[in-house]
Amino acid sequence: MRISLKIIFSFIAILSLITNLSAAEKAAKPLSPGWSFKGFFGKFDRASLQRGYQVYSEVCAACHSMKYLTYRNLAEPGGPEFSVEQAKIIASNYEVTDGPDSDGEMFTRPARLSDNFVGPYPNEQAATAANGGAYPPDMSVLVKARKGGADYIYSVLLGYDEPPAGIVLDDGVYYNTYMAGNKIKMSNPLSEDLVEYIDGTKASNEQMAKDVTTFLAWAAEPTLEQRHKLGFKALIYLLIITVLVYFSMKRIWSRIETKV
Amino acid sequence: MSDHEYTPSSKFGKWFNDRLPLLTLANHLTDYPTPKNLNYWWTFGGILTFCLITQIITGLILAMHYVAHADLAFGSVEHIMRNVNYGWLIRYVHANGASMFFLAVYIHIFRSLYYGSYKSPREMIWILGMIIYVLMMAAAFMGYVLPWGQMSFWGATVITNLFSAIPLVGESIVTWLWGGYSVDNPTLTRFFSLHYLIPFLILGLVGLHIWALHVPGNNNPIGIDLKKPSKDTVPFHPYIVIKDLFALLVFLIIFALFVFYSPNILGHADNYIEANPLVTPAHIVPEWYLLPFYAILRSVPDKLLGVIAMFSAIFVLIILPWLDTSKVRSSIFRPLYKQFYWFLVADVLILGYVGAMPAEGIYLLVARVGTAYYFIHFLVILPILGRMERPLEIPTSITDPVLGGSVEQSFAKRHKEKI
Repeated sequence: MRISLKIIFSFIAILSLITNLSAAEKAAKPLSPGWSFKGFFGKFDRASLQRGYQVYSEVCAACHSMKYLTYRNLAEPGGPEFSVEQAKIIASNYEVTDGPDSDGEMFTRPARLSDNFVGPYPNEQAATAANGGAYPPDMSVLVKARKGGADYIYSVLLGYDEPPAGIVLDDGVYYNTYMAGNKIKMSNPLSEDLVEYIDGTKASNEQMAKDVTTFLAWAAEPTLEQRHKLGFKALIYLLIITVLVYFSMKRIWSRIETKV
Repeated sequence: MSDHEYTPSSKFGKWFNDRLPLLTLANHLTDYPTPKNLNYWWTFGGILTFCLITQIITGLILAMHYVAHADLAFGSVEHIMRNVNYGWLIRYVHANGASMFFLAVYIHIFRSLYYGSYKSPREMIWILGMIIYVLMMAAAFMGYVLPWGQMSFWGATVITNLFSAIPLVGESIVTWLWGGYSVDNPTLTRFFSLHYLIPFLILGLVGLHIWALHVPGNNNPIGIDLKKPSKDTVPFHPYIVIKDLFALLVFLIIFALFVFYSPNILGHADNYIEANPLVTPAHIVPEWYLLPFYAILRSVPDKLLGVIAMFSAIFVLIILPWLDTSKVRSSIFRPLYKQFYWFLVADVLILGYVGAMPAEGIYLLVARVGTAYYFIHFLVILPILGRMERPLEIPTSITDPVLGGSVEQSFAKRHKEKI
């Protein structure tokens, strides 16, 4: 076993070396402001989620839909935890098409808690046409749909820069240090004090990027806090029962001379 | 089979058992004489049974909420994640359960390779196991298509396109598989139907696998035939049951770590983007457990030969009992085979790694060498090794003295691994 383990370990060492070498060729290492929702007891920062929603609704939502979320999600535990009243007011700012009514006519009404987030465009084609041929992706699961997750989204938001000499960009294409391929069709969405935070926090680019990324991470994984809590309980339970079964096993096997 | 006749003690039990001998079966399963030196590598059979049942139960619940339609599938998965009570838990258990299932099955297969469990008289167990393995790969592949993300769609396109390599009828077969001229709604609905069917086929084959196992009984780490029952064996219950349970719980801790703390780490980010036939992802990669075969497929420049190589890689496993000419089962007594065994393990790991990398430059070269070595191991090394190798002295029983000392003492001193 000793020799064979050595062989395996040396292979793993070689493999990781190759991986590091190939990783070095790719785009810059993403930034990370440190996320409160990572780790065993990770939770979302409530205030950051609420600010993040503000950035989303005032900036991102102009182009990006978020069709899998409902307005009631905003008031649910583990999320931004707006009060139900606040969520109702937020919902009522949007118009949805409903119907047909008893006359067979479609009608519009203010959105309710049970409605999905209303998007900026009626369909994907309209969104694509309005944005120079680049469809602004739906943001519901965006953080899970990008390699690098929250770090990547945060980095792209802060990664706008002048293109290095020699790189020519077409009209409507921007240079981004962290974007895969360095070319992005979204113009820099953030600028200092773009939003006026209700809680008075200074709206620096870093602050807005962090808040909105936190909000997007929650949107992609609204049950994250529930998952972490239940996982902790499950692990404690499993550890205890494993220890108990271990000693039962020792006891039972002590009847014969073979060791387990 | 245990030799003694079983008679239920109660009158009703006897009446029932004479008509349907379920109690005899239960008695056989509890009394089943098992080698007492089985190590923890032997606990993966029980773990795999648990994995299969978990997949079936979580799958049944997912199927209640999932919608097999190209326009609705992706949204229905998000519906499960967001609106169904504990839907996120059920889906993450099912998705990670597939990976855990394969992790366990690979350990189970490589245990068999190390201890020669596939050799006479256990060839049928091995062949049934290989059929189960192939069905598992089919089920896993089709299951991965169901969320209708980008990797689902393009994975399905790449894999089904393999059949177009068949001369003359290839294109027609692919059209037939798709139910149209591209991967689309008919493909999704039939994959869902088959994905629902296959686990029950596997369940039946697992029954046969265990039945075939209970004819000769378990192999064991020193690979010798045992008298059963004897002082070399213990009854399955409680000795093996409790040991299997302990191992299962340790396995579950690892399982839980994935499900609760990194449920998406084994998946691909692109599968959270809804399928789009007009946008091809930069790298199309299958799930990790299929990567070695994917590497073999891509290492051959010709499409048809690549497909043949990939299927041959599985086929050589099926005929393995006849490729390995050595009569000695356990590699503990086969010093040369043991070296080659670890080379094979390393080879498969490397193939898995290059399978995830783009098929170019150094990766392609490594994949080619790895593929060649894989076939050389089974088709050249194993047949020759059985004739050339001089095995070490083999004890006649687990407990009887060997060379003047008991197995536990002098033998264990010479061999560092636990027997």
